[in-house]
Amino acid sequence: MVIQQRLRRTLLYVPGNMPGMLQNIPVFNADGVMIDLEDAVPLSEKDAARTLARNFLVAFPDRSKEIFVRINGLDTKYALDDLRQVLPGRPDGIRLPKADDPEVVERLDTLLTEYEERLGLEIGYFSILPSIESAVGVLNCVKTAQASRRIVALAFGAEDYTASLEIQRTRSGEELLGARMQIVWAAKAAGLQAIDSVFADANDTDGLRADTELVKRLGFTGKSLVNPRQIEVVHDVFRPKQEEIDHALEVMEAIKKAREMGTGVISLRGKMVDAPVVKRAARTIRTAVAFGLIDYELSNEVIYGQE
Amino acid sequence: MNITRRASAGTMQSSDLMVYVEPAEQLDIQIESTVKKQFEHLIRDRIEAVLRQLAVTQVLVKVSDRGALDYAIEARVETALRRAAEA
Repeated sequence: MVIQQRLRRTLLYVPGNMPGMLQNIPVFNADGVMIDLEDAVPLSEKDAARTLARNFLVAFPDRSKEIFVRINGLDTKYALDDLRQVLPGRPDGIRLPKADDPEVVERLDTLLTEYEERLGLEIGYFSILPSIESAVGVLNCVKTAQASRRIVALAFGAEDYTASLEIQRTRSGEELLGARMQIVWAAKAAGLQAIDSVFADANDTDGLRADTELVKRLGFTGKSLVNPRQIEVVHDVFRPKQEEIDHALEVMEAIKKAREMGTGVISLRGKMVDAPVVKRAARTIRTAVAFGLIDYELSNEVIYGQE
Repeated sequence: MNITRRASAGTMQSSDLMVYVEPAEQLDIQIESTVKKQFEHLIRDRIEAVLRQLAVTQVLVKVSDRGALDYAIEARVETALRRAAEA
């Protein structure tokens, strides 16, 4: 069975202590936002930010998009106050920084369950987006991905990750390849989405496009963003191209013919079309339908054949 | 809640406000705003609501508003009061 997951191509950070940014959340066309109580907020303003974020969440209960709150790490003295203040505002989920091992995710899971009971919400209401952002986090992320049923995706935090490796982050990103692959594998193995790191230079549109095209090829399904100007570029990269859609539709026609002839494999312009090719084509078609680019009804019988 | 010292909260950015509070014998609210003419009474209502909620009766509240919405006014006033009440 294919579980249709929510689109999370773009998750935009919004500083938690800036009313001018918070109240723009309803008009940003990102798939989701992450209200940031961690790195965007100086230590002296943690109390102000969490009160402001809570009031915003309570004041704007009608959401056009998914809202996560990035709390401070569970190893800091701020995290519990963050949760106590913002959870009554019913964000959709928590982005957990420094998700270095499964235990820290399990701890957050337990805390969220307590708040759900206290607030009268169904258990599992709050989702978790663990952020993998250190060498130890990368090594443990296969288990971290399976630490809680609340997890909807694994996120990569490349700025903190390169800091933990004591290396520079480059525009082309070769230094991130190993970590990115491990995170994609861990996410896919657990049936989760994979959200790539921010691209920090909001003025470098070409760099952002190249970076997004790279991570899409690797298997990431979305990206964290630092600036609303980055949204359209990332959406454009993740939008299936017309030639990809055309090819996927041709594959579907070819495999239909093959099934009619009683076989599961057929040649399309000299290239073999078999089960994995059909699955990839089905995914492209599903994505195109989700983007509203085509109207198409996929039948499992065509994709998988008759039993 | 007892106000025991001076404190402030907020910023002077657009859509935000600065709130200054200090101990006083009675309740005194002073408002400066870019939209004072139209909205002073509404800003005052929000400030008074937070004061009631936190049971603060003796305080001087000075507000410099930059066009903040209700949720931000309430948040900044609450933060300033809690900072002024902390031991």
